[in-house]
Amino acid sequence: MTPEEIIKPENKVYSRPRLLTENVTHYCPGCSHGVVHRIIAELLDEMGVADKAIGIAPVGCAVFAYNYIDVDWVEAAHGRAPALATAASRLNPDKLVFTYQGDGDLAAIGTAETIHAANRGENIAIIFINNAIYGMTGGQMAPTTLLGMKTATTPYGRTAELNGYPLAITNLLAQLDGTCYVTRQAVHTPASVRKTKAAIKKAFENAMAKKGTSVVEVVGTCSSGWKMTPAQSNDWMAEHMFEKYPLGDLKNED
Amino acid sequence: MAKVYGAVTIDDKRCKGCDLCVVACPTDVLQLQPKEVNDRGYHYAFTANPGACIGCAACATVCPDACIEVYRFVNRGE
Repeated sequence: MTPEEIIKPENKVYSRPRLLTENVTHYCPGCSHGVVHRIIAELLDEMGVADKAIGIAPVGCAVFAYNYIDVDWVEAAHGRAPALATAASRLNPDKLVFTYQGDGDLAAIGTAETIHAANRGENIAIIFINNAIYGMTGGQMAPTTLLGMKTATTPYGRTAELNGYPLAITNLLAQLDGTCYVTRQAVHTPASVRKTKAAIKKAFENAMAKKGTSVVEVVGTCSSGWKMTPAQSNDWMAEHMFEKYPLGDLKNED
Repeated sequence: MAKVYGAVTIDDKRCKGCDLCVVACPTDVLQLQPKEVNDRGYHYAFTANPGACIGCAACATVCPDACIEVYRFVNRGE
């Protein structure tokens, strides 16, 4: 059969999500943010909660998330997305409130807000993209940067003596009583993308069911910051990042 | 036995040539344009070997820019 015979509306098995806007994202080629945006757009549509969803955009590369996913968004000050999500979910108890944060936002400047929102058990879903670097500002060291990893501010590699140890903040959040679901996923292969989608779906369901705070960490790549091609970044991530940030559920209270 | 035919369409204006779909494809259908570039200057992906496509949607699943749409037709021999 020729492609023309196959490309018909009745044979379509995958189409661009309806909730993604026509804007071309400003992300670098191969950025994990694009995949997670697509997953969120698909899920909000499939779950039929697009009109109930309130996203809280971070400061970082994903600052323009509101330009790409066609639901209601609020842009938070740097690191303050969980605090803003607290207000949004308490004032609108029937809404699905989720934050979308990077590691500089959630694990550095927003550590206090994140830990306290999770400890209070706010009914929100936190989507945390961990690429171990400050991507937007030019690839500086983040709290999550691995030991030995070269960044703009650690040109000889991160050392424990000078820079301290990488922070696995998701493990801390899993120990808090307020969290109901804490998981770590990735989006580097088709199978991992499907698992991440299932994890984010569960987080959204928990937020709607008022079960407490759900945290989905997505270990991602920053091919520009890491100075690799997107395909090399995925391989590097699987080889090095998963050692410090192993994938899987850290907490799952049904 | 049922035979599966697949096809993909790529929005080449949106494609950033990140190569992830090429890596993800199990049947080596996709490649990046070796010389041609789109308006943004990226070597966009194209179906170099369309006959091998099985419509598994692996490429669309990993595409960060959601520029791939997938079609699948199953011939059950009826």
